[in-house]
Parts: sequence; C-alpha cells; structure tokens
Amino acid sequence: MTDVTNTPVPSGPEKSRGSSLYALDKRTKRRNAAEARFKAYGIAAVCVGLAFLVILLVSIVRNGIPAFTQTFVELPIYLNEEKLDPDGNRDPAAMSKVSTFGYNPLIEDALVQLMADNGIETDMDGPTLRKMLSSSVPAQVRDYTLANPDQVGETVTFRVLASSRVDGYMKGRVQREDLERDKNLDAAHLDIVDQLVDAGAVERTFNWAFITGADASESRPEQAGIGVSMIGSFFMMIVVLVLALPIGVAASIYLEEFAAKNRFTDLIEVNISNLAAVPSIVFGILGLAVFIQFGGLPQSAPLVGGLVLTLMTLPTIIISTRASLKAVPPSIRDAALGVGASKTQAVFHHVLPLAMPGILTGTIIGLAQALGETAPLLLIGMVGYIATNYPEGIVDGFLAPNSAMPAQIYEWAKRADPAYYERAWGGIIVLLLFLMTMNIIAIILRRRFERRW
Amino acid sequence: MSFAKLTASTLAIAAVSATAAAARDNVQVAGSSTVLPYASIVAEAFGENFDFPTPVVESGGSSAGLKRFCEGVGENTIDIANASRAIRDSEIETCAANGVTDIVEVRIGYDGIVFASQIDGPAFTAFEPADWFSALAAEIPVDGAMTANPNMTWADVNPDLPDVEIAAFIPGTKHGTREVFEEKVLLQGCEDTGAMQAMMDAGMSEDDAEGACMAVRTDGKSVDIDGDYTETLARIDSNPNGLGVFGLAFYENNTDKLKVATMSGVEPSTDTIASGEYPVSRPLFFYIKKAHVGVIPGLQEYADFFVSDEIAGPSGPLSNYGLVSDPELSATQEKVQNLETMGSSM
Repeated sequence: MTDVTNTPVPSGPEKSRGSSLYALDKRTKRRNAAEARFKAYGIAAVCVGLAFLVILLVSIVRNGIPAFTQTFVELPIYLNEEKLDPDGNRDPAAMSKVSTFGYNPLIEDALVQLMADNGIETDMDGPTLRKMLSSSVPAQVRDYTLANPDQVGETVTFRVLASSRVDGYMKGRVQREDLERDKNLDAAHLDIVDQLVDAGAVERTFNWAFITGADASESRPEQAGIGVSMIGSFFMMIVVLVLALPIGVAASIYLEEFAAKNRFTDLIEVNISNLAAVPSIVFGILGLAVFIQFGGLPQSAPLVGGLVLTLMTLPTIIISTRASLKAVPPSIRDAALGVGASKTQAVFHHVLPLAMPGILTGTIIGLAQALGETAPLLLIGMVGYIATNYPEGIVDGFLAPNSAMPAQIYEWAKRADPAYYERAWGGIIVLLLFLMTMNIIAIILRRRFERRW
Repeated sequence: MSFAKLTASTLAIAAVSATAAAARDNVQVAGSSTVLPYASIVAEAFGENFDFPTPVVESGGSSAGLKRFCEGVGENTIDIANASRAIRDSEIETCAANGVTDIVEVRIGYDGIVFASQIDGPAFTAFEPADWFSALAAEIPVDGAMTANPNMTWADVNPDLPDVEIAAFIPGTKHGTREVFEEKVLLQGCEDTGAMQAMMDAGMSEDDAEGACMAVRTDGKSVDIDGDYTETLARIDSNPNGLGVFGLAFYENNTDKLKVATMSGVEPSTDTIASGEYPVSRPLFFYIKKAHVGVIPGLQEYADFFVSDEIAGPSGPLSNYGLVSDPELSATQEKVQNLETMGSSM
C-alpha cells in the first residue's frame, strides 16, 4: 500500500484502454460479435422452426385436399319389379327380405345399359363392369327403394360413388401401370372411365359426405367420412367442459384465495403441477380401470372418453386459472374487503370477473389439447370400426359407442387401401381447422377482455 | 352463479349413464387386427340389411381381444372375440374361471401370409422356407457347433437370390402372424436344411432344437415390426433391398408398390391357399359368447350372416377382399346355427 502512494502511478493501463470512445477496443468488439452471433443463431432457430411448419402444412394440405372431392357416376337403374317385389303388393316387410346382394344384378344391368347408351364398346360383362362402382351402391339403391316403394318398376337415376381405384385415377393417384396386377380394377376400366367422363356421366365434385358421413369398412374407403367421429368428439368436449371448468375453477379459487398456505396445500400444488406432466396414456389406463372395469360404464362411449380427458385437462385449467387469479392486483381485493365485502363477495364480484378472460383462454387451450388427444382413447375402446351410427338423441350421443376425430385418423392411417391414407390426411385438415378455430377464439378473448395493470 | 346448474347437469349425466349401461342394443366385437377388415365389412353389410344397429368392431390384437372376451358374462363385456389363431387352453381356463363357459368357435376362412418387396427393387421372386431360415436364424450349426449366423447377403444364403444385404421386416412377437411365420417358414426351413437334425445330433432335445430354429437373429438384419402392415410398407418404401411379411389382403390392396415372391414355387393367391398348395397360411376365427345370445339383440343374426354363403362364400365380399374361403363353410354354418360350443363338439 505504501509503495503505491509513494511511486507515481504509471499511465500503462490508460494507454491499453485506448484514448477514444469512438474507436472500439478489442474486448468491446468481441462482445459485440458475440451479440451478433447470438442474434444470428436466434434468427436461424426461428427460420428452422418456420421451415418445419411450412413443410408440415404443405404436406398436410397436398395429401389431404384430394379427400374433399369424390368421383360420382350418374347411373340410371331400372328397379326391376320381378326381383325387388315378386309379390307385387309393395309390402315393405316383404321387400326388405331382398338383401343388398339381390340388388347387384340390377346395378350390373344398369352399367351394361349405360355403356350401350353412351356408345362405349366393351367386351366386359356386368360383374366386371361392376368393379368400377363402390360396393356401397346396392345399399344406397335398397334404402331408396324401401323408402319409395312406388318407384319400383321405374328407372331412377342415382348419383352413386365410384370405387376407390376409379376415384384415385381421377385424382391422379392411380395410373394404368399400377393396375397391372391389381385384381380390383383393370386398365381397361380406366378407358371406359375416360369415355364416361367425356359423356358427362362421371364427375368429380366436392364431397360433403366426407365431412358429414360415417366410417366405412375396409372394402369401401370412398364412402368413409369423419362426421360421426366429429359428433363423438363434440360430446366428449361437452363432458370435459361441463366437468373440468367448474371443478378446475372451484379448486383454483379455493387454493388461491381461501386455503391457508401450509405443507398440505404445498403438496397439493406440487402434485397438480406433476399431473400436468403425466403422459396422457396413463389417464387412459386409469379410465379403463376406474370408469369401465370398476364403474361399469359402457365401452367406447364418449362419456368415458370425456371423463378421461377431463382428468387430463384439469391440471391445465387449474394452473392457468390460478395464474390469472394471481394476476389480479391485491389492491382490488383490499378495496373490496375495505368497504366491507365478505371474502366470497370480494372473489366472486371483483376478482373472478377480472380473471375470467385468462380462465377462458386456459380452458379453451385445455379443450383444444383434449380434442387432439388419441392415446387415452386407444385404451377405452374408441379405435376400430366404431363410428358407424349417428347417435339417436343426446343420451345416445354420450353412451352409444363412438370414436373421436384423432382416433378415426389413426384408424384410417392403419388401413390397407391407399385411399384411406388420403382420408387420414383429410381428417387431419378438419381436425386442424377445429384446433385453429379454438385457438383463435382464445386469442380474441384474451385480446378483447384482458386488462393490464 | 351457474355452478349449481352445471353440477346438476353433471349429476344428470351420471344418473342417465347408470340406467343406460344396462341396455346395450349393439353387438360388440374386439380382437385381431387381421380379422378387423373382414369383420368391419360384415358389420357394415349387417347394418345395411338388418334392423339392428351396426356392430362395433374394435382392434387390438388376438390376445387382447380374447382377454377381454374372458373377462366375464354381462353387458359390459364383449360378445365376440376375433382371433387370427385358435384360442389357447390357458385362455379357455381363464374364461371358465370368470364364468364364460360356453364358447362357440367359428372358423371363417384362411389368410395367406406373403413375402413382398419393393416393386422396383432387386428381383426377389422365389423363396424356399430354407432361404428364410438361413437368412434369419440367430445361430446355425456349422460342423456340429452352433455359430452366429454368418450370412450377410441373400446370395450367401442361396446363389439364385440377388446379391444384396439381408433386410427383413417381420411381424413383432405380439402379432399372431409371427407365430405362423415361425412355424411354417422358420421351423420348416430348419428341418429342410437339416439344421434341426444337426442340432439334435449335437445333443439338443427336440424342444430346444425347435426353439433354436425359431430364434431370429438380433444383429439388425431382421427387424421386428410391432405396428401394422402400413409400417412395414413404409420401411420397404424407404429401403429398396427390404423384404416384408404381409397379409395377402394387404398385398392385394398395394400391388402398385409391392411385388410378391413365390414360396416353395407357389404363387400366393386365394386359389393356391384354398387348395393348400401355398404353404404359409392360417385359419381365422371368431368366438361367440353363448350366454349373450338372446340377450344382446342381433348377435345370433350377425354370426349367421358372417358365415352365410353370400358373405363368406367364394364370391362374397370377404373373398373379394382377400379372405380364402373355407371349403367346409356349410359345416360351420350348421355349427353357428346350432351354437355348438367347444366342449360339446369335441
């Protein structure tokens, strides 16, 4: 110390620091370079993320758009009285004895007639021509005939589905060389299809049945639609909303506003956070064990699916509700309590309304998450050939076996016919539209009603 | 607050569920994913032609289906289990322990297992079971001692095959298909090559030798596919040298991407499988819980409809999809009609 005071301080350090503030020294340059590098990394990370998003969306749209159009054939069918109503008294009970198989000859004759009417020369017989049409046609004609018995004996023009191979050809998915060893269709069929397109009897139009229809069996992907599983998802979401919202909000209000802070509430808090991170399949196993095996609720029912998804959504809702309750400034509570409001009045009249936008946003995001969840549904029997009947009424909607949109997509992606693969992508588009709508609603709610202090 | 209303409606739902759980009006089926396509075709046609609602068909595998089938009798259990193998004795015992005693076994037809590769890939056109054994076995006897499988390419196995790396995608152990593959291909190949005899000569018991024959190498040349055939197809799509094991129906729906190889000189088709010429095939079954007949509406009708000539016959929709029709279908029809249970027919 004494040395320092005795000897004059050498001006060395000042020299190395540089004299001008405008010229950057080495160290500052290094720091600036590090900052520039970090910014570049950040931008690169954002770009990679965006690129993946674009790739994902482009592939979804490109693969899925064809599912929204379908190839139809205008086919006049003579409803032969001898075959459909041999007794001739139009008795529905007697007519329903003719199964869908009994309608095949009529359709085959109608196709032969269609060839003749359009001047298409072919050496194929009825059953071979029949391969161009969906196997759903007999059921369609039968339903019509049973509903309109007076039309028997007439020629009625039906708009029927073409088979999935013909549809694939119209969409460019199936080429002639692909059919070389295919036993469902021959290249010669496609020549006929070309001529029928010219004649206006075959056309590809928007397919509402994909959005509103029921699932179909593996032999007729052209008939499958996502409508019934959409209803299944809808009923599940109702269960989730009706259960998770009140339970979640009540739990978080109690924990946030009323409960004493002690070890017990800490424990609850930690466990709620842990529950939010539990893989959803675990809730599926729980649902199978508790609701179906112990509780005796029916298999594959949207009610059970909704209960399982409620368990999964609850932590999300509780956490977001508590966050938005915390965000309400204490001065609001103090003011309410100060003018003599009870604690309940302070919470329900002042805090809760201010926290509502945040609660709703959290709920909608939780619902969106539940809507896209497949794993727990695998275990409670909602995957398979299930979404086939529209529910008859509301009770049926909760209890009759049904699937859900993501489960339906998973099921389609597994099936053998490539036409189902296309439908799986189409289903993803529908599901994404729902999710986007829900998220947009959440954002709008937050923007419109959120208050900042 | 509307909490009161919400809780009231919640309670209402719970109450309704308790009553409605006691009145199921649709047939519930679960089990093998191999049988699922056929069952769904039948269920669809059944819904169209009868006044009963369309039956519900779940997948999940033969074992999972039979397990649920054996859970007990009652409306919360399934009525029919689909299986790509016959029910095991242990499963019958479990069933009996849970009160499921009267089971009707219905054989619906046969399913072929085919060996296919990428359509533009190497010329895999003909196989013998021996080729597959030599290519996939974990250990093969060389001069009386078991050594790790030295074959790296298909040409190592059989000079007639393409000289490309072995890359086989076979069904995982949870699939019923794996069992058939092991028994009809690997074990057969083991016997054909004389490896089994060599193992037994070297002092192994017959059971041990069979086990060794069916052990698949684990050095990455053979990959177990636990998912569905679509996953196998995706693997083959990305690997030109890949060979996959598929069901006949799946192959027939994807002939634009796959080419099939013959086995023992026979090309797989519904005809060759029905005649028994094609060696790798297996029967498909479903099992009816007799106690549910008459309780669940439509169960008897569904079973009858499934095995009727117009559905399961040689020109029916199941056969069009790839099922090999059972030549003894009329006996099966009679069996279903009379609901002959497994014990009584034996």
